[in-house]
Amino acid sequence: MNDIQSVLHPAGLDAAIIHQFSWVLFVGGTVIFLFVMALLALGMRRAARPIRPAVWIFGAGIAFPVIVLTALLAWSTWRSAQLAPQTSHNAMTISVTGKMWWWEVRYRDPAGGGREIIGANEIYIPVGETIYLGLTASDVIHSLWVPSLAGKRDMIPGRVTGLTLRADKAGTYRGQCAEYCGAQHANMAFHVIALPRPEFDAWLARQAQPAAPADTTVLQRGRDAFLEQRCQACHTIRGVTDSAAALQMATPIADTSRLGPDLTHVGSRRHIAAGTLKNHTGTLAGWIADPQSIKPGVFMPPSQELDGETLRAMATYLEHLK
Amino acid sequence: MNICTYPNHRRVLHGGAMLLCALLASACSKPPPSRVDGGDPERGRLLVQQYQCAACHFIPEVQGPAGDAGPSLQYMGRLSYIAGGIPNQPDNMIRFLQNPPQVKPGTLMPALGISEEEARHMAAFMYTLK
Repeated sequence: MNDIQSVLHPAGLDAAIIHQFSWVLFVGGTVIFLFVMALLALGMRRAARPIRPAVWIFGAGIAFPVIVLTALLAWSTWRSAQLAPQTSHNAMTISVTGKMWWWEVRYRDPAGGGREIIGANEIYIPVGETIYLGLTASDVIHSLWVPSLAGKRDMIPGRVTGLTLRADKAGTYRGQCAEYCGAQHANMAFHVIALPRPEFDAWLARQAQPAAPADTTVLQRGRDAFLEQRCQACHTIRGVTDSAAALQMATPIADTSRLGPDLTHVGSRRHIAAGTLKNHTGTLAGWIADPQSIKPGVFMPPSQELDGETLRAMATYLEHLK
Repeated sequence: MNICTYPNHRRVLHGGAMLLCALLASACSKPPPSRVDGGDPERGRLLVQQYQCAACHFIPEVQGPAGDAGPSLQYMGRLSYIAGGIPNQPDNMIRFLQNPPQVKPGTLMPALGISEEEARHMAAFMYTLK
């Protein structure tokens, strides 16, 4: 069974509590419903026994709900108190910004210096540690939800909200936007990848590096085409789009290089276009050639005037950026 | 009226029943053999899905965005040419799927590292698209 995105397969403490709530409410509600239906059937018998209405009105109508709901309130209050506190204290902080229709993910550089390591559509976390996601949105309201790990939290433009996550099992968990945010809301997914601490540290160290050098003719051609097509207007490839040569080609307009996902390590990602396609040379080429037919309404324009060789070189170059 | 009392009618009925049986038998028999030696169309379909060919092509029975960066493959099995110029023969199809730019220089379609065996299954699937 595919349980990569399922509330029925919790992989963290908060998700387990929410999972328990769901089952208690579902089973309890079913039992009460069957009981009421049974009473109804008994009451509709032609030769029904006479009853004492006061007993049923005060017993089943008042006392029963008061007892059941009070018990439920007490239990759920007690269980809710065990949910992880929504605070950044003693937690690693990762910033996630919802955008139409993808996720920008920013890590603090453990080496210090206040630098951020920027990725997209994949949130890597160390297993068994409490993570605090600082959430916001840059355009409309989005909502971050990883059913296997925690509840939902809205991402609101101009405000910072937060969500605590913890994965107790290493693995990949799929999440998606849970607040309708426009035409491609359904194709706005991401993955949380929980790794043991040493592997996570190694991953983060690799992400902190600038882009892999273009060391063959094809890769150089792809890189040059990327710059000639002015992809750097919206995308960043650290070490390439901020190089002197690139800056000479086009004066950067403040902040526009973050309109689209940071592509410094795009080849290391499992998917492109926020979980829409698996990531390989073919899908990258298809996406560059015509993103509008894959994800209609997305802000990236098509580049259908590219000749085959250039398009393939660009796709090969991006795939090479591990 | 009981038509079976008339010998001529009975013969017609017998013939009709046999024809019906033959039709049913042919409907239940296996699909026509694959046009590609050693190619399994169903495995090919799954491979086409796995490689996400639908990012650029419309392909019946394959899930995906049905992109239009590449041509529709709806009638690939009965077209005369692959990529607008190479005769649509199984061997050419297998070579093209493995390395499109080598077979047709200048094509937009990249090589995806598809093995010969995979290409064989995928080609078999292509010939079911009619």
